[in-house]
Amino acid sequence: MSTAARQTDPWYPVWAERPSFDLASGKYLKIWQGPQHPGVSGNMALELTVEGDIVRDCRAHVGYLHRGFEKLMERRKYMNCFPIVCRICVPEPDFNEHLFASAVEELAGIEIPERAKWIRTLTLELARIAFLTMGLGGQAGSFGLGTVGQWCIVHRDYVLDLFEELTGHRIYHMYIIPGGLRHDLTPGFAERTEAVLRKIEKLMDEVQKVLFDNAVIMSRTDGLGVIPRPWVDPYGIAGTNARAAGSSRDVRSDSPYLVYDDLDFAPIVGERSDAYGRSLLRKREILMSAGLIRRILSRIPDGPVRVKLPNPLHWKVPAGETFVRAESGRGEMGYFMVSDGTGFPRRVHVRGPSYTHAMALFEELVRGVSIADVAGLMASLQICPPEIER
Amino acid sequence: MTDDTQKMPKHRSPVPEEELLSGDSFLDPAEEGLFCQDRPEPVSPSRVKIVRDFCNWAQANSVFILAFGTGCGAIEMRPLFTARYDISRYGMFPRPTPRMSGLFIIGGYASVKTIKRIVRSYEQMQAPKFVMGLGSCTVNGGMYWDSYNTIKRLDHYIPVDVYVAGCMPRPESLIAGFARLKELIRAGKAEGANRYAKDFEWYKRNQRRIITDWNMPEHNW
Amino acid sequence: MNETILTLEQRFGARLEAHRRDSLVFVSVPADRAAQAVAWLRDRGGFTHLVMISCVDWIERGTFRLLYLLSSPQERRDIGVYVDIPRDAPSMESIHHLWAGAKVYQRELREMFGIDFPGSPGVNDPMILEGWHDIPPMRRDFDTLAYAERTYYPREGRSTRDPAADTAERVYPTDEELRRGIADLARRTYPGGSKDGES
Repeated sequence: MSTAARQTDPWYPVWAERPSFDLASGKYLKIWQGPQHPGVSGNMALELTVEGDIVRDCRAHVGYLHRGFEKLMERRKYMNCFPIVCRICVPEPDFNEHLFASAVEELAGIEIPERAKWIRTLTLELARIAFLTMGLGGQAGSFGLGTVGQWCIVHRDYVLDLFEELTGHRIYHMYIIPGGLRHDLTPGFAERTEAVLRKIEKLMDEVQKVLFDNAVIMSRTDGLGVIPRPWVDPYGIAGTNARAAGSSRDVRSDSPYLVYDDLDFAPIVGERSDAYGRSLLRKREILMSAGLIRRILSRIPDGPVRVKLPNPLHWKVPAGETFVRAESGRGEMGYFMVSDGTGFPRRVHVRGPSYTHAMALFEELVRGVSIADVAGLMASLQICPPEIER
Repeated sequence: MTDDTQKMPKHRSPVPEEELLSGDSFLDPAEEGLFCQDRPEPVSPSRVKIVRDFCNWAQANSVFILAFGTGCGAIEMRPLFTARYDISRYGMFPRPTPRMSGLFIIGGYASVKTIKRIVRSYEQMQAPKFVMGLGSCTVNGGMYWDSYNTIKRLDHYIPVDVYVAGCMPRPESLIAGFARLKELIRAGKAEGANRYAKDFEWYKRNQRRIITDWNMPEHNW
Repeated sequence: MNETILTLEQRFGARLEAHRRDSLVFVSVPADRAAQAVAWLRDRGGFTHLVMISCVDWIERGTFRLLYLLSSPQERRDIGVYVDIPRDAPSMESIHHLWAGAKVYQRELREMFGIDFPGSPGVNDPMILEGWHDIPPMRRDFDTLAYAERTYYPREGRSTRDPAADTAERVYPTDEELRRGIADLARRTYPGGSKDGES
């Protein structure tokens, strides 16, 4: 293992080696940062090997939230799947609904109406704003700045009120179904959305002052969890983590789905690749999503929102396989669906962006970080454990 | 919200006895003296009515919540702590450790890995302690009724005082659940901890049935 | 894309399985050359992003069908490489040295399907399940409902009242129930004295 190769070749499999530590020497201590701790939106445990105050090694433990979705979906008909599919990612459920619906539509050859596409995009962008706002709050809370956490959760609540008006439930919407949407927008939705977007933009001004211009936060996040640009492909990094590192990878511009090619979407690439840069990029993405929502609301065409589907209890989707992807708040999320011609899905494999962020990338980045900053590093990678073990 | 666990038959194993796994102790002989092997004892309230009422009133008005979001329910617990729903006006506040808290909210489904940590955290809480089951998954498994990794009845593993149905219940439903819990505490009927102490073997048998990787003491003090 | 498929066919014995979209094709490669095909796709084909390693259990054919889904960020294309391995002794060459995330996918496949990837770091450590003693749960012959009923002893359904009968009575009352309900209403006294329901 030549050191020169380690340093110069980004594809050198440095992740295949794990340094060993002599625990009996008394120099190292194993600490368990259990399933519940600030810094993660979900349950994930870390087994840290620390030397004094600095982490030397980490093993991530997941599985606390495993419900066996992929097995359950094989037992349910396609329409019966969609109530459970949104529970795969708890903070941001709409992407799961959209991906499941578009995979089924692609396999069955269903074309959804234009208005449904626009409203789906609106729903996804609202979900992204809700998630990123909560993520900013979580990032602040992991460093002890509880004020920003409180503000962000309350503003997320305003977006959840919009969702409740639109779909009937705050968190699990079950709104995007194969064939379109369950029902149309309510009257006056555009005005209420505009009011909420203004509140969120005002919040972002305050967050800029309290969080990003805060000397303590600036010094704690400076250089925390730097992701070098060459790591993006070997580690499969996606989303804001990759864009802060300098890559312009965004599914909305690379393989546009729904109406993103109509909206002239261009991803924002960040300059700094540490925790501060990622959070700043997320704040800019919230503002960009607000602008996208405004453009969508001004351009939604009229028409139906749903196509007539065959009887869902007797619906058989033609055999085949497909892969669909979308850009969720954390990165590239994909659904691989195989159908064998019966009314039950043969195999649905959900690929969440946190899969590689939390297990492969995090274990590399956490080396050399002090214990107090581990939670901050986790929050800055926006790890969502439910989608790791589904 | 129901508290029909009062009607549950006691000391009846849900599965035949011969199928239960044996309960071997995990401790190696060198560690025998390190863990207290006592089982929990029920705590009986004072005989004097006015003292009893005063204690119940005090407990009802300062229930601290253990900040352990065990599942989906954690996402609806967070708005409660903000100014919009504000449960600190009810005397409730999230606390980080089991020793400091009195109410354990099991938010949603519990996988086998999580129920082990739930049992461990619950046993470390000190009486008086209460459990609220949030969501339909604690009642009968919810939409994961056929899943191989989630439990179907929470009250087989730890005693539950109040259930709040929903998927997820709104913060207002949670507050209604808290109000019901306070009523129960004021009336002296929130006896989950004492039930656990009395039926300890029954709960332990159920827990050992599903937690096969038992590397913790019998009773986690 | 056509050159890629052509080279795969010539060098690695691949076969085109499905042409889903212009940007997504599925090919199948024999198991002994699959790891080399994937490495070639990464190094020469431009498919530098590993999206997922998945598996479909075709119990009727007696095989596990592994899928290596790769993506090319420059050319915005995806390719799915299918590999069929026998179901009774499933084992596949590990590609953990190619991508960092591969070892995580392989660990999960080992746990969920029982497929062995010799040499992959930590492949035998349970990742998702704890204390699991049954067959790997994602296999088609694992019956999850039977397991759940055996292990977790579900709560019985509502025994006091059949939900369908309950709803029918409330929404579509019979004549007798209607008469009884009206007599009930007439008997009640309201605080304001009015029968219309002012309170």
